[in-house]
Amino acid sequence: MTSSPEHSTIISETTCPLCEEGAKSHLQEGSIMIGYIHSTESFGTVDGPGVRFVIFFQGCPMRCLYCHNPDSWQIRTQQAPAGTPMTAAELLELYERNKEFYQNGGITCTGGEPLMQMGFLTELFSAAKQRGVHTCLDTSGIVFSESRLAEFDALTQVTDLVMLDIKHIDDEKHRELTGHSNAPVLAFAQYLSDKGIPVWIRHVIVPGWTDSEAEQDALGYFLGGIKTLKALDVLPYHTMGVRKYESLGIPYPLEGVPAVTPAQAGAAREVILKGLKRRLRDNILGKQ
Amino acid sequence: MFKTFAPEWEGFEPGRWSNTSVNVRDFIHRNITPYDGDESFLEGPTEATKQLWDQVMELSRQEREAGGVLDMDTKIISTITSHGPGYLNKDLEKIVGLQTDKPFKRSLQPFGGIRMAQQACKEYGYEVDPEVVEIFTKYRKTHNQGVFDAYTPEMKLARHAAILTGLPDAYGRGRIVGDYRRVALYGVDMLIEDKEHQKETHFVRMTSKNIRLREELSEQINALHDLKKLGEIYGYDISRPAKNAREAVQWLYFGYLAAVKEQNGAAMSLGRTSTFLDIFIQRDLERGILTEREAQELIDHFIMKLRLVKFARTPEYNSLFSGDPTWVTESIGGVSVDGQHMVTKNSFRYLNTLNNLGTAPEPNMTILWSTRLPKAFKRFCAKMSIKSSSIQYENDDLMRVTHGDDYTIACCVSSMRVGKEMQFFGARANLAKCLLYAINGGVDERLGVQVGPKYRPVEGDVLDYDDVMEKYDDMMEWLAGLYVNTLNVIHYMHDKYSYERLQMALHDRDVKRYFATGIAGLSVVADSLSAIKYAKVKPIRKDVEIKDKAGNVIGVTKNVVVDYEVEGDFPKYGNDDDRVDEIAVSIVRTFMDKIRKHHTYRDSVPTMSILTITSNVVYGKKTGNTPDGRKQGVPLAPGANPMHGRDTHGAVASLSSVAKLPFRHAQDGISNTFSIIPDALGKNTKIFAGDLDIDRLTQEAVSEDHND
Repeated sequence: MTSSPEHSTIISETTCPLCEEGAKSHLQEGSIMIGYIHSTESFGTVDGPGVRFVIFFQGCPMRCLYCHNPDSWQIRTQQAPAGTPMTAAELLELYERNKEFYQNGGITCTGGEPLMQMGFLTELFSAAKQRGVHTCLDTSGIVFSESRLAEFDALTQVTDLVMLDIKHIDDEKHRELTGHSNAPVLAFAQYLSDKGIPVWIRHVIVPGWTDSEAEQDALGYFLGGIKTLKALDVLPYHTMGVRKYESLGIPYPLEGVPAVTPAQAGAAREVILKGLKRRLRDNILGKQ
Repeated sequence: MFKTFAPEWEGFEPGRWSNTSVNVRDFIHRNITPYDGDESFLEGPTEATKQLWDQVMELSRQEREAGGVLDMDTKIISTITSHGPGYLNKDLEKIVGLQTDKPFKRSLQPFGGIRMAQQACKEYGYEVDPEVVEIFTKYRKTHNQGVFDAYTPEMKLARHAAILTGLPDAYGRGRIVGDYRRVALYGVDMLIEDKEHQKETHFVRMTSKNIRLREELSEQINALHDLKKLGEIYGYDISRPAKNAREAVQWLYFGYLAAVKEQNGAAMSLGRTSTFLDIFIQRDLERGILTEREAQELIDHFIMKLRLVKFARTPEYNSLFSGDPTWVTESIGGVSVDGQHMVTKNSFRYLNTLNNLGTAPEPNMTILWSTRLPKAFKRFCAKMSIKSSSIQYENDDLMRVTHGDDYTIACCVSSMRVGKEMQFFGARANLAKCLLYAINGGVDERLGVQVGPKYRPVEGDVLDYDDVMEKYDDMMEWLAGLYVNTLNVIHYMHDKYSYERLQMALHDRDVKRYFATGIAGLSVVADSLSAIKYAKVKPIRKDVEIKDKAGNVIGVTKNVVVDYEVEGDFPKYGNDDDRVDEIAVSIVRTFMDKIRKHHTYRDSVPTMSILTITSNVVYGKKTGNTPDGRKQGVPLAPGANPMHGRDTHGAVASLSSVAKLPFRHAQDGISNTFSIIPDALGKNTKIFAGDLDIDRLTQEAVSEDHND
């Protein structure tokens, strides 16, 4: 497994991350871009404000042990043509035909990892913004890199809200849990804060992984530095993904780990908030 | 026509309702107090309510232990006045009246069919009194006998093969909603006076049509006299209008009770009563003679009575309807034609019974939903839906266009103006089976016998869309004709032998009648045709044995298509995909147009519903393998629902497919059963604050610092 995103094979400035060949044609200016879509959900109620049209992008570099969408991992290659090719216009057409339902909502792009198809994502969000549609990006942030700031600047110009999943505040644990360092994730959070982009943070409580108070406190302390933080969603780990693993023939990595109760998640949220307040206090007192 | 403004009406705004004619709508619109607030005014259950409800729960437990029925009448034929008073606990009940002399005792109603009544008793270890059986076989004909005397062999066969299903030929048709509010507003005497007037001013040229109506009006007047006696049995004089809220609820309930004492209908719906009753409650609240707590208690006790309504039914009936439903539907809310919403405090009180008495499927609380309902009420509905899963929603914005603002829902979706329109309930035609008949040239795929006309069956190894569509069109043409004619027989006989005299007494004289046909299996048909069109469907033919009643093989039909092999994928109804949704739309329109070609009984207006909420399970059992890959015995989807698991793009896409179905061709209603886990409707507020307010948190952090 690669140790840092800079060296990761998944990101490359010169070739399209989706397909090694033909990259030029669909990244070329003026041509219609194609996104590779895992599926769409017409009634998303937990993926941002209001009722939302949710687009699941195909492909993810992360291998989070508790991922409940392992069917969206596969990155499209010529050998393995995962995902349905779709244009931004086609996706927006699906949104438009039921837009009455989305009056207080909008579009959420999730996955998979939408940032794996950043060019397409930016085009989709630009088109959505032109029509006045609220745009929300649900991401792990793992793709973030200082070397691609121009691309991120273009994307965030048309992004109303980012839902950022922080899997673990400790870098070593994060590697064990997801296969990657958390440095780009935390850098992305800071970038969004600096850019003034509203952020909702999501954090899953997994027994044996993210249930220690010290770790939760540290996460809270970090979050206190995100000026644009608007919501904190602490989710209890559940085992509903098990059957998907079975049907895909992948061994379930968290075999035997019990589900977390909403009460436990609620308690964890309190600990995180406490850490957050500690940071806020320090901010005022100038300790940071 | 009313000579004076009745003293009981004091405080009400007069109008056409008080000086011209029976007009409940006018009364409501002149006196309504719309409520825009939230549920905070609501009261919990009183001690009396709790005690009575505990008693009901205990009786329910006993009934379950006794195998489903606690007690049955086997001798006294139920009429409006057949029984003495019955109570749960006379001292505690604010609203009184039971179907028989005891709670949970089921009444004997043989007019629909004596055999049905006998079977219902036998199943639970009771036996109908031999004398009653003799009377209803030898001397008094029933609805059921009448129907079978007139049925053609073809009708009997179609019924046996279950291409026509659930027909009300052995049980009460129901779906007629009396305007029970009239009893409270006018008292029975004024209603009798009105009916006498109607009779006096009707045609005297004695055609069979006019003779029938004169006889019916006389029957209605008799029923009203009996209704007065029912009041007397419980110690009330309901000849005059109700003078306060308690009387209004009680009078109205007597009207409904009289109906269920005489009719064991498939759906005995209540109407649109909550806002009407609110006017009486509001007047008492303003006069200071009623408290909110007492008002809620009245409604709780009333709803409790509605939950006690029970009928003696056979296990077959219960399996058809997945239980023992009474469909005491109450329509709540809606918006008036001038744009004013009609939500009152009493709309809240009705829903609050789900808190005070706990969740129950009856009465079937139905919200007439409009985008213009007040926000607080919408929120309360959503909250109660999440809590109880017991609320039904109907599109008021759609139905108001045809029915105005004083219509109600009978059963689950059938809309009609209260007291002005009624319907002839027509169960449904199984369009999925009809498609199989088209493929097999009228041979039933399960029975092997020729049920439909002997048209040329589908030939070849792959089904061709145009060929199948042409044959399907012919088969639907046949089915529509047979179906309408079968229903004509049924409703002629129901009027003749089991006329709803009390319910019709609470209607105008010249009612509009709907001829309510229905279809089952729409999504199976749409997906099957889509499979034939967009994938490759190969028919699998086999010889099918024909058996007699005893199960002996008496013949063989060769080369019947009994199964299908589907190669490739195809668009499925329920994903907002026009390619298949348009097939569904076209089937609805086509079949309705075929229904429209036929003569209907009593000049009724043909309509159609897509609403099999429960009986789709039984229909599925009787429908063979279908070209969409559904196997024999698998339930058809309920109503206009997509087939289970085939809608893969979420709720909005699924609902959008259903919403494309044209209401004008399915005016008796389109239902969609929607299940969702509460978590999928949004975040639990305890875990998810939604909006973190950093400024507030900072303040908190600083003040905590001070406290440290």
